[in-house]
Amino acid sequence: MKILTEHINTPGIETFDVYRKKGGYTAVEKVIKKMTPEEVVEEVKKSGVRGRGGAGFPMGMKWSFLAKPEGVPRYLVCNADESEPGTFKDHYLMKNIPHLLIEGMIISSYALGANKSFIYVRGELMYVIHILEKAIEEAKAAGFLGKNILGSGYDLELVVQPGGGAYICGEETALLESLEGKRGNPRNKPPFPAVKGLYQCPTVVNNVESIATTSWIINNGGEAYAAIGIGKSTGTKLISASGHINKPGVYEINLGVSCDEFLNSDEYCGGVRKGHYLKAVVAGGSSVPIVPGHLFLKTANGEDRLMSYESLSDGGFATGTMLGSGGFIVFDETACIVRNTWNFARFYEHESCGQCSPCREGTGWMQKVLNRIEHGKGSMHDIDLLVDISKKIEGNTICPLGDAAAWPVASAIRHFRDEFEWHIKEPIAATKPGAVYMKESVLV
Amino acid sequence: MENTAPQLFKVTIDGVEVEVPPGTTILQAARKIGPEVAPPAMCYYEPLKGSGGKCRACLVKVSAGSAKDPRPMPKLVASCITPIQDGMVVENYTNPQVVDARKSVVEFLLINHPLDCPICDQAGECHLQDFSYEHGVGTTRYEEDRRTFEKEDIGPYIQLHMTRCVLCYRCVYTADQITNKRVHGVMGRGDHAEISTYIGQAIDNDFSGNVIDVCPVGALTDKTYRFKNRVWFSKPVDAHCDCEKCSGKVQLWYRGDEVIRVTARKNEWGEVKEFICNTCRFERKQTSDWTIEGPTKVSRASVISANKYSKNLVKKPDFALKLAESQYKNIDDDRPYLHEMSEIQQSEDYKALMAKDEKYFGHK
Repeated sequence: MKILTEHINTPGIETFDVYRKKGGYTAVEKVIKKMTPEEVVEEVKKSGVRGRGGAGFPMGMKWSFLAKPEGVPRYLVCNADESEPGTFKDHYLMKNIPHLLIEGMIISSYALGANKSFIYVRGELMYVIHILEKAIEEAKAAGFLGKNILGSGYDLELVVQPGGGAYICGEETALLESLEGKRGNPRNKPPFPAVKGLYQCPTVVNNVESIATTSWIINNGGEAYAAIGIGKSTGTKLISASGHINKPGVYEINLGVSCDEFLNSDEYCGGVRKGHYLKAVVAGGSSVPIVPGHLFLKTANGEDRLMSYESLSDGGFATGTMLGSGGFIVFDETACIVRNTWNFARFYEHESCGQCSPCREGTGWMQKVLNRIEHGKGSMHDIDLLVDISKKIEGNTICPLGDAAAWPVASAIRHFRDEFEWHIKEPIAATKPGAVYMKESVLV
Repeated sequence: MENTAPQLFKVTIDGVEVEVPPGTTILQAARKIGPEVAPPAMCYYEPLKGSGGKCRACLVKVSAGSAKDPRPMPKLVASCITPIQDGMVVENYTNPQVVDARKSVVEFLLINHPLDCPICDQAGECHLQDFSYEHGVGTTRYEEDRRTFEKEDIGPYIQLHMTRCVLCYRCVYTADQITNKRVHGVMGRGDHAEISTYIGQAIDNDFSGNVIDVCPVGALTDKTYRFKNRVWFSKPVDAHCDCEKCSGKVQLWYRGDEVIRVTARKNEWGEVKEFICNTCRFERKQTSDWTIEGPTKVSRASVISANKYSKNLVKKPDFALKLAESQYKNIDDDRPYLHEMSEIQQSEDYKALMAKDEKYFGHK
């Protein structure tokens, strides 16, 4: 089922006229003319759509937590600071079909009673910001934005704000700090943004994809959306597939599609590249635990794993992983897990904000130890040291970046310990260019 | 009659119950009980609004959220920013997970902190020194290079030694909240973040000197005092003066008859009570500038109290020895004082001792 990407290949869909002809902005008309904000929130609650930014928190519930004190403005902020290695779905959506996001923003802002809403876009995507700004101008000219939308008396101003290019500003409170013009440090919680967010006012922060789904939910009803998918994972999800597969790209899947089908069918990834074997999968962006191929396709109990929030996390961190933000990275047997883990650790060291000590010092320490192992200078106790550091960071930090930095390292050691040991025992062989540890039992 | 007294919340910290008003943080409640239960704090600073939550030294385990909802909190929480609930049960020193987490925080903080205490002006009144002594381990597992910086002069009175900084943000909050304009801040991210002024600007305002007092380590030091003295050789004295800029309530640090340093007064948690101006701090270094109130009370546990007392108030061990001696005489015990297999028994010294006083070692 295609909800977000239905018209994505239509020529000129980025312009208002084509988008409108394809049924765009009908949801805004419906919402503004026929529905109260409470009804919109109720509809989204019924749909069961979960936050697509990675945490998977039900969006309707998040909206209903928003504090509504008298005389205080409320804000909606769209988190388009997508910078997780492996995730590029929001970029794809905003670039190709910007009006879908604008429409979703209008609906969501109306539901939350926000008169000024922000789209915080990653600074590197300057050309996307221009696309969005052009789309906003068009919507404004058509009367869907600005003062007195469609004669209803509801005003909405939409602001696109470029970020400064920091991964940490994708964390919602750091994003709000950055939006206020401060250093992008995550805030201490509580208070949560729903109570004190942007400029100390109640704020909802949602991912691009979550907001973009609202127009379909309004047009077709929350129940129709909830009918797609499986269990509590309702609807569709954009997955950005990359790595050693035949057809990398962004795919919209019904949640609940089997992992085997997603990886191997020609409709989606088209299988691991020819002549190679599946070694490992990062299912939801660099911060989720890496799993070996066999544990990705089947759970520890031998059941087929499905692309859904529940099924992917089946087995906890021991044998499972997470759906995260949908950054699907596939590794075949030519990929070195140690090198890859080091690469991720380097990323997190570079992107840690440096506010709280476990993350600031721990990410750097892990990176240095992994660097040593990768370059053949490690020792056996370094592996246990890495596990210990990752445990000390996990859960002890202000924001989830600490967890995100710790999980890939811990999981790589959990599943590919022999590869780390090989790097230590055979430093000369391991540091040759292109040298990879082969253990055929892992490959699928 | 209407009850006007504010409702108090009951909290249990390490098995000790305390009643505090709503809105108090766990750390404040623990401090109310006493220093035995109070979690350490490297970044939290009560007079500075918004500080805390960064160093993770004060992590505690909440084993029951409140009386209404007695579920434990899933993660360790930073006690300095977590408000208490009625009926909350907090585990601090009694929880091995907390003790372990603190140990790791010490290890993390010391990764990029040089162990140059012997030449550091802060030694003796350094929060990190106390924290690592009380909660840390004696060794490190860190083998890699540590980050180092050149010393930087920020203004005429303050020197920044960034290598020692633990990025607690206290000085940033101080400059934000008690001076007109903040010209320094944190630049960069992660473990390459540093405190600095923008394009080498000097910190130049009347209250800039307070950043020295709030710094928990020796990163920000007083240039008029640097390397002149060790803190335990000087004697703190409370004094005040009529200052039009600040309260004028200070501590003078004497060495002999000379005032070598002026600082703000601090409470028992090492927090400044009232911030003072630069004139008081850097320019009034004559006894005649001040009205002396009397010696500052220094905790006996502090190294600053060393050599400060003319009389020895501690009961000397010989008192205990005498007591033991008198007790021992009353015991009629034929058992050997040392085990027969002990090597000491074979030594010449032991035999000499035996010959000297058979009465005490009543066996042959």
